[in-house]
Amino acid sequence: MAKVIGGITTSHIPAIGIAMDKGLEDTPYWKDFFAGYPPVREWLNEQQPDIAIVFYNDHGLEMFLDKKPTFALGCAPQYENADEGWGIATIPPVTGETELSWHIANELIEHDFDPTICQDIKVDHGLTVPLSIMYPGHNYQHLKVIPVCINCERYPMPKPSRCFALGQAIGKAVESFAGDQKVVVFGTGGLSHQLDGERAGIINSDFDIECMDKLVSDPEALTKYSNDDLVEIAGAQGVELNMWLAMRGCMLGDVKEVHRNYVAPISNTGAGLQLLIND
Amino acid sequence: MSSTHREVPGTIFFDGPMSTKGYALNKMCYSFNNAEGRDAFRADEAAYCDKFGLTEEQKEAILKRDLNKLLRLGGSVYYLAKFAGLLGLNMQDIGGMQTGRTKEEFQAYLDSQGRGKNNG
Repeated sequence: MAKVIGGITTSHIPAIGIAMDKGLEDTPYWKDFFAGYPPVREWLNEQQPDIAIVFYNDHGLEMFLDKKPTFALGCAPQYENADEGWGIATIPPVTGETELSWHIANELIEHDFDPTICQDIKVDHGLTVPLSIMYPGHNYQHLKVIPVCINCERYPMPKPSRCFALGQAIGKAVESFAGDQKVVVFGTGGLSHQLDGERAGIINSDFDIECMDKLVSDPEALTKYSNDDLVEIAGAQGVELNMWLAMRGCMLGDVKEVHRNYVAPISNTGAGLQLLIND
Repeated sequence: MSSTHREVPGTIFFDGPMSTKGYALNKMCYSFNNAEGRDAFRADEAAYCDKFGLTEEQKEAILKRDLNKLLRLGGSVYYLAKFAGLLGLNMQDIGGMQTGRTKEEFQAYLDSQGRGKNNG
């Protein structure tokens, strides 16, 4: 059977992609942030996962308000990136996957999740920045990516508990897949931040650290928050914790943390990085 | 402000009613994903707003770059970010604009909450 070999959380903000394009990794503003990544890259290089399931949110590239899935699952052989309007360079196509992804689709429906199934979607910085930072030089095309998109923009949004349960259902689907593929799971975005309104700029580092701790030891505790709680505690876009919870859900059972970094502020956010493996 | 959400000062929950209210505004900003849309807006901002059917209030807020008003009129931050990008503004620029701070003051506010980067 296929196996989840590890889970990675990372920020996905556009500023990271722009900093990489401009070669700013070693500048004072960025160095502590980028210094966190080599151990994770080395782990990926050692483990050579075949497939990456990436939980992300679309920020208005593919999924406008006219048709906006609560949960969407990609089942395509390839995903294109495109102009997002504010200057992040477009990256080369992302390789997709069409066997495990259809199996996940079947298993999700069987277990009472009903995602939108996507055979042709563009993927935005929510997915491309994590790939770019893990594989400098855009050397990610050997990795087959299964995008799972979670609505983090418009209410009603899926609850944290539901995102965690979605992850659990996907984790079980991976385990029941007849194959020997190694699967890594990405939870992207976060952590605390608010881009909009008079409250823009709030960061809650204490809460971010607590989330990273609990993601390891007690993820169920995080599922007790409502999205309104997350907005109040961690800012309007603090709801991106939902992608981290979905990742953690995939890692059925206990995990240990192999690596962590946390830097704030990075742009307007608390930027967390974790590498988790099953204990 | 929707009654179904908690009151969080300085925060507008982008929910169904706001999405209805802001649909045309957000659709216009969504078009800024394309260079053609950005160029057409720059060529005649008011006419481009009219093409998408913005209300007079929304159009005025676009012309005045009044981001907080645009949020109250149904703007989603995801699409307003594309508007900001078109104007050459980044997240710290618009953070300052929305909070009544200069960009430097907004950056200082971010830094004051920081950790792990000269912040202990």
